[in-house]
Amino acid sequence: MSSHAAPAAAGSPPSRYFVPDPSVWPFILTAGLFTVIVGVWGFLEHKQFPIALPIYAGAAVSIYIIFRWLRGVSLESEHGKYNLQVDGTYRMAMAWFIFSEVMFFGAFFGALWYAREMSIPWLSGEGTKMATHLALWPGFENIWPNNGPMELNGHFETVGAWGLPFVNTLLLLTSGVTITMAHHALKENHRLSTILWMWATVGLGVAFLICQAYEYHHAYEGLNLKLASGIYGSTFFMLTGFHGMHVTLGTIMLIIITCRLMAGHFKPDSHFGFEGVAWYWHFVDVVWIGLFVFVYVL
Amino acid sequence: MASHDHAHDDHAHGHDDHHHGPEKGIMRWIKTTNHKDLGTLYLIFSFTMFFIGGLMSLVIRAELWHPGLQFVDPEFFNQMTTLHALVMIFGGVMPGFTGLANWMVPMMVGASDMALPRVNNWGFWILPFAFTLLLSTLFMPGGGPAGGWTMYPPLVLQTGEGFPFLIFAIHLMGISSITGAINVVVTVLNLRAPGMTLLKMPLFCWTWLITAYLLIATMPVLAGAVTMLLTDKYFATSFFTASGGGDPVMFQHIFWFFGHPEVYILILPAFGVVSTIIPTFARKTLFGYDSMVYATASIAFLSFIVWAHHMFTVGMPLAGELFFMFSTMLIAVPTGVKVFNWIATMWRGSMTFETPMLFAIAFVFLFSIGGFSGLMLAIAPVDFQYHDTYFVVAHFHYVLVPGAVFSIIAAVYYWIPKWTGVMYNEFWGKVHFWLSAIFINVTFFPQHFSGLAGMQRRVPDYAVQFVDFNMISTIGAFVFFIAQFIFIFNMIACMARKGQKASDRVWEGAHGLEWTVPSPAPYHTFEDPPRIGDAELAAVHDSGAGYSDHKH
Ligand code: HEM
Ligand SMILES: [Cu+2]
Repeated sequence: MSSHAAPAAAGSPPSRYFVPDPSVWPFILTAGLFTVIVGVWGFLEHKQFPIALPIYAGAAVSIYIIFRWLRGVSLESEHGKYNLQVDGTYRMAMAWFIFSEVMFFGAFFGALWYAREMSIPWLSGEGTKMATHLALWPGFENIWPNNGPMELNGHFETVGAWGLPFVNTLLLLTSGVTITMAHHALKENHRLSTILWMWATVGLGVAFLICQAYEYHHAYEGLNLKLASGIYGSTFFMLTGFHGMHVTLGTIMLIIITCRLMAGHFKPDSHFGFEGVAWYWHFVDVVWIGLFVFVYVL
Repeated sequence: MASHDHAHDDHAHGHDDHHHGPEKGIMRWIKTTNHKDLGTLYLIFSFTMFFIGGLMSLVIRAELWHPGLQFVDPEFFNQMTTLHALVMIFGGVMPGFTGLANWMVPMMVGASDMALPRVNNWGFWILPFAFTLLLSTLFMPGGGPAGGWTMYPPLVLQTGEGFPFLIFAIHLMGISSITGAINVVVTVLNLRAPGMTLLKMPLFCWTWLITAYLLIATMPVLAGAVTMLLTDKYFATSFFTASGGGDPVMFQHIFWFFGHPEVYILILPAFGVVSTIIPTFARKTLFGYDSMVYATASIAFLSFIVWAHHMFTVGMPLAGELFFMFSTMLIAVPTGVKVFNWIATMWRGSMTFETPMLFAIAFVFLFSIGGFSGLMLAIAPVDFQYHDTYFVVAHFHYVLVPGAVFSIIAAVYYWIPKWTGVMYNEFWGKVHFWLSAIFINVTFFPQHFSGLAGMQRRVPDYAVQFVDFNMISTIGAFVFFIAQFIFIFNMIACMARKGQKASDRVWEGAHGLEWTVPSPAPYHTFEDPPRIGDAELAAVHDSGAGYSDHKH
């Protein structure tokens, strides 16, 4: 992209609409994702071609483009091309994007609720299902955790809520505080302290991920709790797994923002890139609270 | 002022001092961030998919010409019904509406482009990749998905090697819909020209705003549902397996939580189109603008609490049957408000019947027929008999073809003079209309009867007493399909600039910002927010609540 640094003060006049140039990034990004999909298909269907090739190549292209794209946007922003209207556009878009993410998690929380309130009780003969129960699985009881009448994948134990998960709750809650501290520092133009609070947030995110990885390892090796452990294993790993993926993404975005802060980006009164990531981080935080309550405690 | 020496920097400001148009060649279309280019691409894609989906429907209709098996084996027949629906819904109707939104929403609200033009480009270019995945399953061992577009497990889990492609295609379509929807929401909420308050917007923007909300809320739920299918098949989860404590019926709940709002995603923009066209040719303002907005919003709200009317026969607790029966019937109220308003708009108007108006009026009548059969289906005990018969097929085709599809056709006739600067051929437009309107009824009306008499959907064979109805249907389908080429050639003539030049206003009774710019609309329409004349706003909105803040 352009290497010249126009003074940040120059902006398009606020009355003018901002329209970006044509761009090949989106097309190449899609091509990259498509390549990954073909690779994953090969993996799932046990194909003979070197599956890793499309997966890695496609992922590399996609990641490269995402960085290019983000870099382009931050340069445009730093070059003062965005007026207040563009700022509003990004705010709204981010908010609606997070809403869509909430609905995605909603599907899996819904599945958990349905399993506990509907399918397990029915399989154990509640409501009008007594005859089915007696005919199929007479011994089956409505208890939670549960891996179904066939006890798929055998006996398992669950991860206690008040061990590592509780530590993780504290880690994420604290990270919510540190990122807010960073935001305040940024607004008061204390750049160094902003950066330090940001690295603290990144550190907490990484710590969370390490705990989570350890917990998964323990679940698989020590507790015989696996993805295949019936409906409990399914909901447990899919919910915490997708959350973990979001934490990973959030942490990467935090790192990017922190690097931009170190490169002198953002101003005390205009820093939506920062705020958008902070919103995302809070969202990840709130989902975790939901997980902690509904997956671990209850 | 900073010295920008790079040409593209200046361009980004939208300066008109070196007003270069689009790039040349294929790269223009791949790289474009222009809402008009993308609108065109969306529409071309949509009609390509209508063509492919249409061919599939002809395979279905040919097979059903006679009882017994004629042309294809049952497995392939079921792949056709499944893919026909997926292609028409996700490839035809939804991108068609997104194309219309791309073209019209920025012009209607007085913006220069969509809010996020690069994301907009991404949203479009995902689609060809997604449908390559989906359609390529036909050529893979095991063939395409054949368990119905609703993808119920456990049946859908028996799909062959193409199964992951089905799931990932749906994921991609979801991303595309969400990016498109976010673009519409933000454009409408953030880029309106000064003076255009929400309640003075053209109704098309309102219905699309609410559609976009539905998309953002439900496409992720569909993504979640199909992800669970994928992990159930390949990673040993048991969301939909009773032996592990899950339940196949759970999939149906999650799917229809998406699915019913989805049917409104397919119809709300159509409401917007019809609410735009009827006032133009009745030469009156839309009757009951505010009630239209509120009715649309109530429909959107209600659409989240009716989903299990698709599952009356699956075995639900009685309370569930009752709740979903009554909530479904409630939707008829705001729908009725809309139909009433359209008729009231025409009441004592000085009407003319150009092709877009003909399609819009046909919409009002034929969509209402679909609404009535919907009401019949909403009665749970009655649905026990109707479910999974051709009566349901007749119902949803009445709302989708003379409903959603007619509205897209009407919209293209209505706006193509603005897009290309050239009038379409009115004579051939009318021929197209009458052939479509007659033969769509020939196709689908008999299906009410065969359905009520017990003919099942998604089965290539049927009892001999249904043969007459089916032959009529098949004839209707073939003629309808062929008639669409009249439309395609008519539109290609406009795109090739062959025909009478259109004026800026195009239609005598047309109002709104899009009619104040030249025909064809310039590549960049409003680089600076326009000043909106009161006359333009007043004509869009009747003198209802929106005007209380307008007194001097
Ligand atoms: C007055 C409004 C409506 C009512 C009361 C209604 C009611 C229903 C009911 C009860 C069913 C389930 C029938 C069964 O499977 O036994 C159904 C199916 C369907 N409806 Fe509607 N409907 C309405 C409007 C619409 C609209 C506007 C659309 C789309 C534009 C639509 C599209 C569909 C589709 C696609 C199906 C079939 C889904 C499938 O099983 O594949 N409906 N409708
Ligand atoms: Cu429905």
